[in-house]
Parts: sequence; C-alpha cells; structure tokens
Amino acid sequence: MSDTLTADEKPAATATFVNIGERTNVTGSAKFKKLIMAGDFEAALDVARQQVESGAQIIDINMDEAMLDSEASMVKFLNLIAAEPDISRVPVMIDSSKWSVIEAGLKCVQGKPIVNSISMKEGEEAFIAQAKKVKRYGAAVVVMAFDEKGQADTEERKVEICTKSYKILTEKVGIAPEDIIFDPNIFAVATGIEEHNNYAIDFINATKRIKATLPHCHISGGVSNISFSFRGNEQVREAMHSVFLYHAIKAGMDMGIVNAGQLAVYEDIPPELKERAEDVILNRRPDATDRLLEIAEKYKAGAGAARVADLTWRNADVNKRLSHALVNGITDYIDADTEEARANAEKSGGRPLDVIEGPLMDGMNVVGDLFGAGKMFLPQVVKSARVMKKSVAYLIPFIEAEKARNAALGIVDASKNNGKILMATVKGDVHDIGKNIVGVVLQCNNYEVVDLGVMVSCAKILETAREVKADIIGLSGLITPSLDEMAYVAREMEREGFTIPLLIGGATTSKVHTAVKIAPGYSHSTVYVPDASRAVGVAGNLMSATARDAYGAEIKAEYARMRDAHARQQQNKKRQTFAAAQANKVKIDWAAYTPEKPRTMGLTVFEDYDLAELTRTIDWTPFFQTWELAGKYPDILNDAIVGKTARNLYNDAQAMLQRLVGEKWLTAKAVIGFWPANSVGDDIEVYADAGRTKVLATLHHLRQQMFREGDSARANMSLADFVAPKDGGVADYIGAFAVTSGLDLEKKVAEFERDHDDYNSILVKALADRLAEAFAERMHQRVRKEFWAYAPDEKLSNEELIAEKYRGIRPAPGYPACPDHTEKALLWKLLDAERNAGIKLTDSFAMWPAAAVSGFYFAHPDVEYFGVGKIERDQVEDYAKRKGMSVAEIERWLAPNLNY
Amino acid sequence: MPATSSDAANNTERAQRIEALNAALKTRILVLDGAMGTMIQRHKFDESGYRGARFAAHPKDVKGNNDLLILSQPEVILDIHRAYLEAGADIVETNTFSSTRIAQADYGMESLVYELNFEGAKLARRACDEYTKKTPNKPRFVAGAIGPTNRTASISPDVNDPAFRNVTFDELRAAFREQVEGLVAGGVDLLLAETIIDTLNAKACMFAIDEFFEESGVRIPVMISGTITDQSGRILSGQTPEAFWNSLRHVKPLSIGLNCALGAAQLRPYVAELSRIADVLVSAYPNAGLPNAFGEYDELPHTTAGHIGAWAKDGLVNIVGGCCGTTPEHIKAICESVKGVAPRQPAHPPVSMRLSGLEPFQLAS
Repeated sequence: MSDTLTADEKPAATATFVNIGERTNVTGSAKFKKLIMAGDFEAALDVARQQVESGAQIIDINMDEAMLDSEASMVKFLNLIAAEPDISRVPVMIDSSKWSVIEAGLKCVQGKPIVNSISMKEGEEAFIAQAKKVKRYGAAVVVMAFDEKGQADTEERKVEICTKSYKILTEKVGIAPEDIIFDPNIFAVATGIEEHNNYAIDFINATKRIKATLPHCHISGGVSNISFSFRGNEQVREAMHSVFLYHAIKAGMDMGIVNAGQLAVYEDIPPELKERAEDVILNRRPDATDRLLEIAEKYKAGAGAARVADLTWRNADVNKRLSHALVNGITDYIDADTEEARANAEKSGGRPLDVIEGPLMDGMNVVGDLFGAGKMFLPQVVKSARVMKKSVAYLIPFIEAEKARNAALGIVDASKNNGKILMATVKGDVHDIGKNIVGVVLQCNNYEVVDLGVMVSCAKILETAREVKADIIGLSGLITPSLDEMAYVAREMEREGFTIPLLIGGATTSKVHTAVKIAPGYSHSTVYVPDASRAVGVAGNLMSATARDAYGAEIKAEYARMRDAHARQQQNKKRQTFAAAQANKVKIDWAAYTPEKPRTMGLTVFEDYDLAELTRTIDWTPFFQTWELAGKYPDILNDAIVGKTARNLYNDAQAMLQRLVGEKWLTAKAVIGFWPANSVGDDIEVYADAGRTKVLATLHHLRQQMFREGDSARANMSLADFVAPKDGGVADYIGAFAVTSGLDLEKKVAEFERDHDDYNSILVKALADRLAEAFAERMHQRVRKEFWAYAPDEKLSNEELIAEKYRGIRPAPGYPACPDHTEKALLWKLLDAERNAGIKLTDSFAMWPAAAVSGFYFAHPDVEYFGVGKIERDQVEDYAKRKGMSVAEIERWLAPNLNY
Repeated sequence: MPATSSDAANNTERAQRIEALNAALKTRILVLDGAMGTMIQRHKFDESGYRGARFAAHPKDVKGNNDLLILSQPEVILDIHRAYLEAGADIVETNTFSSTRIAQADYGMESLVYELNFEGAKLARRACDEYTKKTPNKPRFVAGAIGPTNRTASISPDVNDPAFRNVTFDELRAAFREQVEGLVAGGVDLLLAETIIDTLNAKACMFAIDEFFEESGVRIPVMISGTITDQSGRILSGQTPEAFWNSLRHVKPLSIGLNCALGAAQLRPYVAELSRIADVLVSAYPNAGLPNAFGEYDELPHTTAGHIGAWAKDGLVNIVGGCCGTTPEHIKAICESVKGVAPRQPAHPPVSMRLSGLEPFQLAS
C-alpha cells in the first residue's frame, strides 16, 4: 500500500504520465483569463495554488491574449509565484506562441522549467537560435511537429519532423535528449472528412516510432482535440479521450493536457460505446464515424431517461467483480461475491483473510491510486469504503472461526496493516464529520483506526494511545477553543515522553497555527493535515522506515520557517490603542431612528419544527465543501471535473432527505427571545422589564483595533455600537435564538454504523448540519417578518437569502464579530436553551447535538457582519475587568485574537 | 576579443594545467584554500589601509571592500595565497568574491571591476606558479571566485510588493560577464561560482559564462557551490539541494557542491544528498563551525578536519576546503585528513527529465 502516496507527498516526485492542467492558462481557462484581464493577480495566484494543492505536478502558465501585455503579465505572475512556496515548489511550464514571452519568463524562474513550445515553423535557423537559448537558460522544451510546410498530420511527417528536430537539438545544440518533449499534434477525428479518420492512428504510430528510434525523449499532446467533433456530448468525448489515451500511453505518450474531469475509466466505458469509440480512434472500419454517431445520442448526458444499469460486469470472474464493486461503490452483490471468493480460497487451501489481502486490497489499491491521481473524489472513496467494510464484515465470522481453530492448535495469528492510528475530536468539541472522513480514507488504505469519538479528554487520548500501542495520534476540532486543547495535548505528550507523530486537522486548524502554537510544544513530529486526501500521504511518510526521518526533518524545518515568517509578520501589524478605537466607534444618529418593538417579547419555544419546511432553505454549497468538492451550488453539478461526482452525491442527498423527512429521522427544536436592551460603552444591558430597571444579563463585546488611517469612513466596529446607548433615551431591543435539527441523529448514525455504512452515516450528519443552518436561516426570516417584525413585507428568493440581502444579522458567540465563546453561557441563560431546545453546552462552549446554531439578533439597518480581528492587551484588560474574569483566563479564550 | 599569439600561448599553458587538474581529480581528493576574510581581518586595516595610496582621494568610504586590497595591498593578498599553498591547498581562490559591478556599486567602484578581476587572478596565478615550481608533482590551480552579488533575482526586497525585483537577470548576466572576462584574462584555471543564495543569480552567471565561452573560444572548468542558509536544508531562495542541482545540471560543471553558512557537522546531510544524485564531482567547504555568541568562528582545525575526513572516507566528496573562519591551520589539518583517501565516484542516476521548482521533479525516460 505504500505506493498510494500522492506524487506531491513523495520526497522526490517521479511520474510516469504527467497530466498538465490548463487552469493558469488564459487560452484554456475563462476564469483565469478574466482574473488576469482584471489585474486581479491575487485571485489568479489562488488558482495556481489550488491547482498545486489538488496535485498538479507541473503548472502551465500562458498569457497569450491579444488584449494583454503578455510579456509583462508573464513576468509579474512568475515573480509573484516565486514568493509563494506552496506554488513554486512545482516546476512551471512557460507556455506561449511568442518567443519573446517565453524568454521573458525564462529570466524569472530559478527552477528548471519546460518551454512550451518551439518548432521549425520559421525555419531551421530560428529553431536553432531558440533552442540554444533554451539550453542556456536551463530548460526542458516542448517541440511541436511543425515546419515551414506546416503542421505534421501524417505519421510519416510527424516522424520525419521529430527526427530532424531531435538530430538538430542533440547534435548541433547539445540539448540533453531527456529534456526534449515532442508534441506530434493531436487532431480531431470523426469529422466527416475522410482524410481525418487516421489522425489518431497517425499520432499513436508516430509516438511508437519516435519513442523507439529517438532515445530518452518524451511525447506530449493536447488530448481534447481528438474529440472536437463531439463537443456537447461529454460522455462520448470522455470515452474517446480515454480510449485514445489508453492506446497512446501504451505507445509511449508520457505527458499530456487532459482535463481530468473529461476522462472516463477505460474499463468502465460501456462495451458498445468503447468498441465504437475504439473503431473511430483506431480507424478500424470505414463506417466507424457513422456507427459512433448512431449511438452518440443515447449517451448524451441528461438526455431522456436515466441510463439503464449496465450489468455486463457481472459476467467477469469474481476477483474482477469485487474490484469493480469497490471502484464503483456497488454493494448490491457484495455478500454473494465475497462468499464466492471465500469459497474459492477455501477450495484452493487458502484462508478467508486471503480474500481481504487479495482481491479486496487490490481493489482498494486501485481506488487509492485513482483518488491520489485526482481521478476519483471523496464521496466515491467513501462509497468504496462502504463496500470494503461490508465485505470484511461478511468475512469476520469466518476469520473468527479460523482464529478459534488456530488458537486451539496453539497458532498465533499476526495481522498485518500499515499502522494503528488513534483519532479523536478533542475535549469540548463535538464536530466529527471531517474526522470520520479521514478515518474512512485511512482505513481504505489499510490503517487500523481507533476512533475515540468526540469530546475526548487529553488523559483519555494518551491513556488509550498507550493501551492500544498507537503508531500515530490524530486530533480534530472545529471550534477555536479546540486549538488550545490541541496545543495542550501536544505539551502533555511531550511531558509524558511520547515519541509517536501527532496529526492535526479540522476546520479552524491551519498549518501556521500548527507550526506556531502546537509543534513547539512537542519535540517529535507534529503535522498539519489540510484534508482527507492528504492524510494517507502524511501517514505513509510517517510510517515509512525509509522516509520517516527525512520527512520529519523536512516538516520540522518547514514549520520553523513558518514560525519565523509569522514572527516577522506580527511585527508589522501594529494596532491602535483601545481608547482610540473606542473613539472611532460606529456613528449612528439615534435621534433619527426609532427601533421597532418586537411583536413577541420574551421567549417563544418551537417544539418539533416541520422538517419539510427547512429543506427548502438549504444552502448546498457548504454541503459539497464537507465532501471536499470545491464549487458553488448549483454550478458545481455541471462542473467539468467534479460535476459527475457532485450530481451523484446530490441525488443521494435528496433521496435521503426525502426519507429523513418522511420517516421523521430527526427532531428539530428552537427557542427565540426578545428583550429591551441598551448599550453601555462596549457592553449591552438586557433588561427584564419594560422600565429597563432590572438587568437580566450584560453582554460583553469586543471592538476592532486595526488602524483605519486614510479610511476615515470606516469605524472600529463593535456589535455594541448597533444598540442604542442607555444615556440617549432611545428604547432599543435585542434578540437571541438557539435551534437544532440534530435531536435523535445519533440513533440513525448508530444504525448506519452497525451496517458498516460510513457513507450514509456521514451523509446524514452532513444533512443534519445543513438543516440546522437552514433552520437558523428560516427562523431569522420569520423573526424579521413575524416575531420582531421589523421587515414584515420582505420578499427574497432562496439565493438572496443565502447572499444575506436582508436587514439585520444573527452573529454567534465564537464567530468573528464576537469571538468570545464564553458569552454563549449568557445566551444559554437568557434562552434557557438546554431546557427549551434540548441543546447542551460543552466545557468549550460547543453545542451538543452538533447540528445546532445559536446567536443574537441585531436589527439596526446599518448592522453588518464583520471580524473583530486582532486586539491588544489594553482591550483585553478592560474586557476582563468588565467580565469579572482574570486577564489570563480571557487571554486563553481569545488566544487566536491576541495581537501579542 | 581578437586572439593574439600571447593569448594562444597562455591558452596552451592553461590547457595543460587543466589536463593536470583532471588527472589529479581522478586519483585524489583536492583541497581548496580557506577563508580570505578571516586572514584579512588579522591585519586590522583602517580606512586608509584599505585605500592605500591609489584611492586616498576616493569620494566614498571603502573600508570593508576586501576585494579592493588586490589593488591597494597586493602583497598582503599574495601572502595569504602563499600561506594557504604552504598549508597544502591544491586550489586557491582569487580574492574577487565581490568584484562585480553590482556589488562594487556600494563603494562607487564599478569602473574598477575588470581590473580587480584581472589583477586578482594574476596575484593568485603568481602564488600558484611559485608553488607548482617548488612541488612539481603537486601542481596548484587558480579558481576565479564569483560571489552571488548582494542582490537576488528571485526574491523581492520589498515585503509589500512581492513582484518587485531590485536586479534583473540581464543586469546580473552583464555583471558576471564582465567579471569572467577579467578573471580569464588574468589567468585563472577554472571558475568557481560560490555561496549561491539564489539559483536565478547562478543561472544568470552560467548564462554569461556560456556566452563568453562560445564567443571567446576559451572553455575552462566551472565549479558551482550553493549555500544552505540554515537547517531548513534549503538555499535562501527556497530550493532543496536536488532542486538546485536540477536547475544547474545543464551547465555540465566540473563539480557541484556547497559552502558557507553551516559548519561541517550541519552540512553533512546536504553534501550527502548531492553526492547521491550528482553525475559530476562534488565539492564542499564548510565554515569553521557555527559562529559563537560573539559572531566568531572558533571550531578547532582538528574538529573541522575530523568531519571532512569522515566525508572523504564515506566517499562523499572530490574537492574540500574551508569557508568563513577557517585558516591555514584548518587547511593543513584538512589536507592530512583526506590524504590517501580515494575520491568519490560520480553517481549514475537513471536518465530522466529532471525539472525543479523549489522541489525536484522527474519524469522517467
């Protein structure tokens, strides 16, 4: 299993087929072009970063656009990349049809890049001059099969031009042959023009001959050209790309521009489609194009009825069937197939374990490779894991029986796996979707995962780690106080003399935080894991006897650098004094504003809210993020790369949602309340009575302390600024709420887990989370229209709701506008939320069940979401005094916000 | 540059010396000299000492411009070369680390650049020729030292403007060209681009050298030596040793290696890494340990030599020597520690397209 490391996690990346993305290419990506044209280089850098993060081994940069100063743009972008180590760690391909742009780019990169491209288009002399420079600048080079007569189309011309180029480059110019990449031109086939029919074969045969006769060179090409005549019919195009690549790679093609989303798994192409696509690609019969056209309509995605399930794979032998079931996440036949494989093993004198270590692991290896190569996505992997688990569950009784027999005979059975990983969501935190996903992915890769669940104390984690002899500890958390708890666990590991690696993950964690706050506490490996797709690579490196030390040292060094960089940055971010920030508060003309009095003062409780109503306001974009699918809903459903996966996931979610509502899997409860309130300085007093004499609670708020020089219009905001001051005599109000849709969720989760069904277990949790958010959104809407009723006539679409195009906000303690989690205690007191909505608070003020949302309601027309950001000690001291807590305690809770 | 008959004679002699150098490298580990700056410091020159008679009226302060001593205190530089040769060094470096238009701009001495390199090469040549005469079976060689300049082509000096650069590839290329012409005319046997902190600077240097070789018809060996700035294991501009090598491999240098910033103990893993991958010779000349609390190097000669001796025995190196803080005593000890030890055999990595960003990448052929 050690070969499931993704390329970017191997110490020195070695590849056999390199797929070059087109996302930082203005001619290949409309989005990137728009950003560059608008001069938004920052966002353009993000595109490059995402590309590297998602596994690109080389990034192609192209600025060929008539309206651009291509040279200047190339230079600026390359210079910017040089300052971003997470991008510039991979080589670049400097791509332009203009030599001047290429040369400008070559002067900016310290690494060894690829030039794309040069050719003999303008004759031998120009070709030699450019090639000499390529060599002098120390680059590899793509050479197009192009000469003064034009682009090579036939096999003969391709071979002839490439051979001639090779001779010139290696003999006259002295370029190393391994640094030459030929692009023998991929042209569209099945165009209806007979001369085009042999283009794919011309390429494939030329590739074969070039590789055989010109040692060490490489072959590349733009794959999507081949299917140009079928644009609009993605399934046929995917099949053509896949068939073409299958043969071209076999012939020796080792680099290409392929949109990974436009690539079917060769084995998965329906046989009829595969055969006809193959006829076209290999030019096997004169009517090949017609025959492909004949069936093309049938495969046009979204045309007509759903595709009939193709069951031809059932005819293969059992090992192939198991592999197919794993790769495609099909559980329908798994018990029967597992039994057949087991019986076969038994017949040939094998053991039940052989099924796991043989066909099942082989299948999971395929899954791991496809995932690592970015050809499969997380939801599919989790489905594969479900198949694996079900099959293993079927085998367990047989394995147990065998063990019992062996034990009776005195044979000890040593099970093999890649290592044991202990995982836990830390004390005070209840969020575990991400952790569970990581657990599943690790299990898929043959790690034994011991999952301690949520709210696990440090003592329990360390005790268990010793007890089970864990090889690695993984900590997860979502809320900010968890960051502190993780740092504590690291220090305790140090104190107790642990040496095993510590992995850190979860939504609020970051590499910088890990480097600055956690890693220094523990003298052994501490590694930040950004997402599930990285977990296997990280664990593999940490468990590898050969790579471990170097990897550990590399991470340590990297974090040390980040700490330095962080320390340097900190010095630059000076804050203004708290007094000055207070003086620059939000100026509201209270004399000109009469706050609306809420229609329903005091508490209103909603027992058992209608789930169907909530499904309508779901914001789906974060749902896809949970599954590590990037993109905005609904566009993501048609995304070129993840669209297919996203559609399947969305369909599964909709189906489950129907059952969830119909069979009432969950119970939703809420409590809201409104009270008279006024601000006093940076606090808000909440009153029990209309006379505003009896203070029910004092809410404490924090104020932004950044400098606003040259931006005098912008205040240093505090939420307290949006409630009328007590001494002004204006009667103002505040609201609060707590909603949950997670009651009874555990029952359903337990049911799925009993059934070894991680996919549905994670799915139902993710849906509960979405319903809680939808509930908060729906409740806020009703508050605006019915309960506080300051906007009774509001009419907004779901999209507008998601875009928050309404008056008023609902900030939650612990979030950027009021980052202090401890204020949630006051919220709970006001709402009596545990009794009224069934939501408990943990030590770290996380809500349980986790599918819950709470917060305050502010109604002033000017109020908006903002982030308090970093604050100085003077404010912390004042805040501690106001709250009656020690400075040290406040500093602990506000650690992420301290500017010192 | 038109060739003259004396040029031709010089080139013939040089070709013979290079042949001797290559022969020596086949049979033994060669030793470079040690620190120039450390030796200069012992003389405690003040401003007027640096100026000498010739630059008494120069409008800018020049104290600290060590390269200027070639012209203002030539005997001192000559004696330092001799001291290292006496200690047993096979190769001495010219005192021209900062003799580029870019580095000399700090002192307003851009116009002296060619002369500094030419005369610096001649001083080292003279010292080496003296010692070759004394010990004909141990010929001595002059390496023209080329520093990185004080500017970086791939790092912005302005944190608020990461796209900004205060030097361009072409400016560096022109500056290095000027330096190389002076060094070669002054009689160096090889060129040594050292203390590389930004690979793009080094690529500009190699570009200039290659152009010069082609235009002049002269071709002499080139040594390349990078600097791992701290224990992150990367050079200042962020590359790992293998990525660094991939960036410069096209030059087909005589050697690739590392110098400065670290002591021998800390440098070893990175030397070992280059040794494992490079299909050319490997050089390494560390500092005399890490600086102490007063910024001084106090590692004793036998300590430095002990580490380097171990590198030699483990087959990691072909050329060794000393950088900051090392003295003739260190070089003497190093010579003894590598005496009789067989030189490293170059690696034979499989043929692959080897690219790099900050990290290496390869595509098998």
